[in-house]
Formats: sequence, C-alpha cells, structure tokens
Amino acid sequence: MPKIKLSQRTIETVRNICASFDNQEGELINVLHEAQHKLGYLPAEVQELVAKELNMPVAKVYGVVTFYSFFNMLPQGEFPISVCMGTACYVRGAEQILHELKRQLNIEVGQTTPDGKFSLNCLRCVGACGLAPVVMVGEKVYGRVSPQQVRKIIADYQEGLIKAEKHEM
Amino acid sequence: MNMINLTIDNRPISVEKGTSVLDAAAQIGIKIPSLCYMKLEDLNIENKPGGCRVCVVEVEGRRNLAPACCTEVAEGMVIKTHSMRAIHARRTVVELILSDHPTDCLKCAKAGNCDLQSLAQHLGIREIHYQGEQSTFREDTSPAIIRELDKCIRCRRCEMMCNQIQSVGALSAINRGFNAVVSPAFEMNLDHSVCTYCGQCVAVCPTGALTEVDHTGAVIRALSDPTKTVIVQTAPAVRAALGEEFGNDPGTLVTGKLAAALRRLGFDYVFDTDFAADLTILEEGTELLNRLTAYLGGDQNVKLPMLTSCCPAWVKFFEHQFPELKDIPSSARSPQQMFGSIAKSYFADKIGVNRKDLIVVSIMPCVAKKYECSREEFSVNGNPDVDFALTTRELAQLINLANIDFTSLPDEDFDNPLGESTGAGVIFGTTGGVIEAAVRTAYEVFTGKQLERLDFTELRGMEGLRHATIDFNGLPIHIGIAHGLGNARKLLEDIKDGKSQFHAIEIMSCPGGCIGGGGQPYHHGNAEILKKRQMALYREDQGKAIRKSHENPYITKLYEEFLGKPMSEKSHHLLHTQYFDRSKN
Repeated sequence: MPKIKLSQRTIETVRNICASFDNQEGELINVLHEAQHKLGYLPAEVQELVAKELNMPVAKVYGVVTFYSFFNMLPQGEFPISVCMGTACYVRGAEQILHELKRQLNIEVGQTTPDGKFSLNCLRCVGACGLAPVVMVGEKVYGRVSPQQVRKIIADYQEGLIKAEKHEM
Repeated sequence: MNMINLTIDNRPISVEKGTSVLDAAAQIGIKIPSLCYMKLEDLNIENKPGGCRVCVVEVEGRRNLAPACCTEVAEGMVIKTHSMRAIHARRTVVELILSDHPTDCLKCAKAGNCDLQSLAQHLGIREIHYQGEQSTFREDTSPAIIRELDKCIRCRRCEMMCNQIQSVGALSAINRGFNAVVSPAFEMNLDHSVCTYCGQCVAVCPTGALTEVDHTGAVIRALSDPTKTVIVQTAPAVRAALGEEFGNDPGTLVTGKLAAALRRLGFDYVFDTDFAADLTILEEGTELLNRLTAYLGGDQNVKLPMLTSCCPAWVKFFEHQFPELKDIPSSARSPQQMFGSIAKSYFADKIGVNRKDLIVVSIMPCVAKKYECSREEFSVNGNPDVDFALTTRELAQLINLANIDFTSLPDEDFDNPLGESTGAGVIFGTTGGVIEAAVRTAYEVFTGKQLERLDFTELRGMEGLRHATIDFNGLPIHIGIAHGLGNARKLLEDIKDGKSQFHAIEIMSCPGGCIGGGGQPYHHGNAEILKKRQMALYREDQGKAIRKSHENPYITKLYEEFLGKPMSEKSHHLLHTQYFDRSKN
C-alpha cells in the first residue's frame, strides 16, 4: 500500500468527525461512515488516526473496514458504481448487469477506469429489493436496471450530465 | 442461591442459574466436545464466540441444535448431548473445518498437541465428505512467532488474549466470509505491529496456526561444533513444567532431571538463570533503595514507583503504549540478559574462551525471550550475549531427539559458578515472585535487620491485580503486582494520572507469570495446571538452604572479583539497559 501523508486539513476533518461522536469507541462505524463520506475513501493513515482518536487498536479499525464492503481503502472513481448482489437483485439478473458494466468500462470489480472516472464494486442489499436489480452510482440509486440501460447510465456521467460529489482528499 | 433443574442425557441435575449447558454437563461428568470455547478458571479468561458449533446439543422442544458453551440452562430443560442428530451435526462441522485445513498433520509443529486433531480423533472422523476451496494465506515469520494462517480455524482465542487479556491489540479478525482471518492491521507482518511477543496467542491457539520460531536446529549445530564452547541457562519456570512433556503430573519439579538432561545433550556447562535472578535482585533492589532514599531525602525528580523489567513482552508493551513512562521501569536487564552478559565477559575470561567461541543457549518458558536476545543493545560487535532462546517445549523436543529417557534420569546439580541460586531466584517464575525476592533483600539491606519470616504470603496468589504494604522498620512500602498486560495497563494509567500510591510494582505479561508463559507445555485451557506449577516453585524455594539473593555466595564472589558493587560503573555497562520509544513505528 503506498504511504500517503495526510494534509493538515484532512487531519482536522477526521478529528472533528471523531469529536462529533464524542470519541466513543462504540461509534466507530458511524465515524468511518462519515469519514468516507467526506474523504471518499479510508486509507491506512486515516484508519490509524481514527484508532488514535477513539483510543482503540488500529487492527480493530481495520477489522471493521475490511468486514463491510461499503468501506473502501483505495480511492474510488469520480463516479463509484456499485451493483447489488443481494438475493433479490441476484435472482433478477444482477450478474448480467455486472457483466455488462465490466464489458463497457473494461475493468474488473474493485478497479477504477484509467481516466479515474468510474470504479466498479459489488455490494449486498441497499434495502430496495422491490426495485431489483439495483445499481448505485455515487449515492443515486437506479432500480429495475436492464443490461440495455447500462450504456445510457454510463453515458450520462461521461458526458457530464450529472456532476460528481466533491471529496476533500 | 437460585437453582435450575434440568435433565442432561437422562440424568437430572440441579445447577446455579446462569450456568452454561457445557459447564452443567461437566458437573456430572459429561464432557461435551468443544473447540473455539476456552476458559481459564479464576483467571477471568474466557473465549466464548459460539462460532465453531462443535458443542451443539439437542434441546427438547427447540427446532435448532444449541451450542452448549453459550446456552444458559433453563428450568425443565431436557438435553441430549449424544443423539444421532447432535453427533451428526458435530461431525459435519468438524469435517467442514477439515475440508479447508492443510492435511500435513504428520509434520505439523502442533501434532500431538492440536485440539482439532484430537477432536477429529474423538469423533472418529475417517473421511472428509466435503471438498472445497482451500485457504492460501501467506506465512508470516517474526523473531519469535510464526503465523501459518492456513491452519487458522477462526476460533479467535488469540484475538481474545491479545485484546481482552493483554490489551495489546495487535490482532483482530479481519475480512469476511471465506477470507476472514485473524491478523494485524493492514495485514502487516507481526514484527511491524505492536505485538509484544508475549506468546499468549501461541499458548491458546488450538491448531498449528501460531507457533514459536524453532531454534532447535541451530542449537544442535552449535552442540556438534567442536570449536565452540556451548553453555546453557534455564529459567525458573521451566523446572515446574517440563515434566508435563514427559507424562509427569502438572506441578512435578524436575530440577535435577533437567540439569541431567542438559548435560547429556552435550552442553559444556549447565547453569541456572536463577543465578542471574539473584543478580537481578541485587541490581534492581539497590536501584529501588537508591530511588527510595532519594525520595525520602526530598528529591522531587526521583521516579517512583519503580517497575520491574524482567519481562521482555512487558518491556516492549510500554515501549509501544506508554513511551512517556519509559524512565520509570528499573534499568536492570532481565535475568536472561544479565546471564548472557556475565557469561560472555566474566565467565568467558575465567575459562579462557573468546566470546565469539562461546555460545549461550537459554531455556525459557517464553517466546518473547527469543525476541529479547535478538535486540541490538544486547550484543557486542554483532555478537549476541544470548545466542539462542529455546522454549520449554523446544527443550522437550531436543531431549526426545537425543534419545534421552527423561523420567529415568538421575537428579543432578547445576555447575558452578553460574549455577548456584537461592530460593529467591526460584520464585521469579511466578507472579509475585520477583517482588517477594526483592523485598527479602531490600528489607535486610535497608533496615540492617534479619527478616523474621521469609514467606510473604500477602504478595502471593493468582488475582490479576494485587497490592500489599510491607513494613520496612516503620516505613510502609506499598507494593503493586500485575500479571496480564491488561492488568498492567490499569496500573500504568494510574501512574500517568499521578494517582499511583505504590513505591514498587511487579509486572509480568503472562497470566500467572512465567509459569503460564507462551513457551510452556500447552495447558489446553486447564488453569489448575498453572496453579500447580506455581505451588511447585514455592516448594522449591522452601526447600532451599539459602533463600535470599544477597546471601548467594557466588553472587558475593562475582561482585568481589569482577563487578565491584551493585550499580557500579561495570554493572551499569553490563547489567543495565535503556528503553526506546516505539510508539511511532
């Protein structure tokens, strides 16, 4: 893993997030959630800082980050795409959607396109099983997606019709 | 007392409310097999993740089988521990675990001591009906511990020891599903983590996933090299446990056979770390008295309480976690390192051997001692003071290799001059022992009076945190004792907050002290074994003619001939050390 040096601003951001949860060890998941929302991903250095602020072993923080597929340790594309592979989405064809996304973006799951625009991941259930199969781009949820729609979704982002959220890092 | 009535395997039983089905069954001699579960009675150590499901039993009226370890008894419960369904489920679980386990039992370091292997035997598993993916984790080698994670069964006993008991936090369960495993943060190697090498993870690992680095080969090579003089020292706790490896009851003292076995292995001199323990008392005891005298004289800068520094895992712990307190522990090296230093100076000169032709081997109840002897400050021009540290288990392996029938050996004595020791040196191996030994000497030196009694029972026991006040002729000396690093942490927090009332604190990393060290014969979750080892050391102390370190005639001679006096410049150079801030790396 490449070592990075956190900027003073990032350090402050993480410290403030921890403080907003009273530096409670039990709030770890909320802290990580917020940190990823603000920073885009959770590099080792951020996890170390969180561990220090919450006064807990960094191994435990890493344990939680690696347990939940929601958390990322690598920078995501400008538009992170997640395909739900939960039971409902799976039986309604999520695998074909994923296959189509891989083909169109020419990347594998866990990778980012060379231009840094898109990254591709799988997740388990976003709680929208009625809309299965579900694809998320950033925080936007697309329901009842068909393989044919994939090209259109990608194009909307590629052509700048939808703007990315700005991260601090 | 609130009692619950239930039936287990057609036998009625009445047990206290809150008892687990597993413990209730054990009370009437029904031993339900378990794997991830582990409990060390009276030490507050329990691992109960309910993860492996080996202990499942049938409970009448329940749809699912219940894990006996984490199911509480209930009034009127009817339990079958060996119904067809329970046996079938148990075997299925074990077969599934085995289906992702390397089948290299014949050459596994844990063979014969593996809980998974015993369980498979116990259940009569002759075939594994499942075939699936195999884990392919990389192996991680450190100066003391090897992690072979393909053998990990995710019982999380190591994680429990590392976090709940030791509060080290080097290990955590990481990842999910098939990729789940126990690891340091970012899957870094153990030697880059905050691991102290206490070895308690090794002590409780049910399989060969965690083992000590094997130095037996290097020792055999040294022993067969005619150009080398090879000497050996053996730690106090080893004599109280080695016998277990050869079928002796726990608590059997094998001091004499141990000396005999080492001589037959071919060591040129068979010495005793207890000698160096006596030396430690002189140095550390003097340091304590110096600090106390300065404190009583009104010196505001003096550091009190003074903490013991015999335990290398404890040293590494405070270097990582409390670097701001690194001036508080005694600067005295551990007995292992004092021995090495004296052996390669004083003794090497005495027998006219160059230090590089003198090999010092130590037999330790500990895996952290392997790390300690590899620390740079304990070497001279790249030549370590102690060349190899073997665990009690490794010594048993060597004895077997050398075709020695251990139990039929005669009792022999250690060699002189570094083999003579007192009862004070012996009790270094148990929690409370180092400070008791120190009190015996410090009292007499400080007050100039003879002690009327030598057994300080107020310092003994198995409680994780203990304290006592000893009257030094009108001056009350407050003493704290902690074993288990989690307990030590509490005392350190108090010191940091300026709340500590103690003058001296003894800390040992392992529950029970060195008798429960990570290099000892496996206790398989039986805390009685640790208590019996502890009693054995007190027995040996009691039987010794000399029981105070400062009365050891060879120690007196060492100071006369070589060191001058405790805390002399020569002592500082050879017997003391400094500590490092490791919080940044």
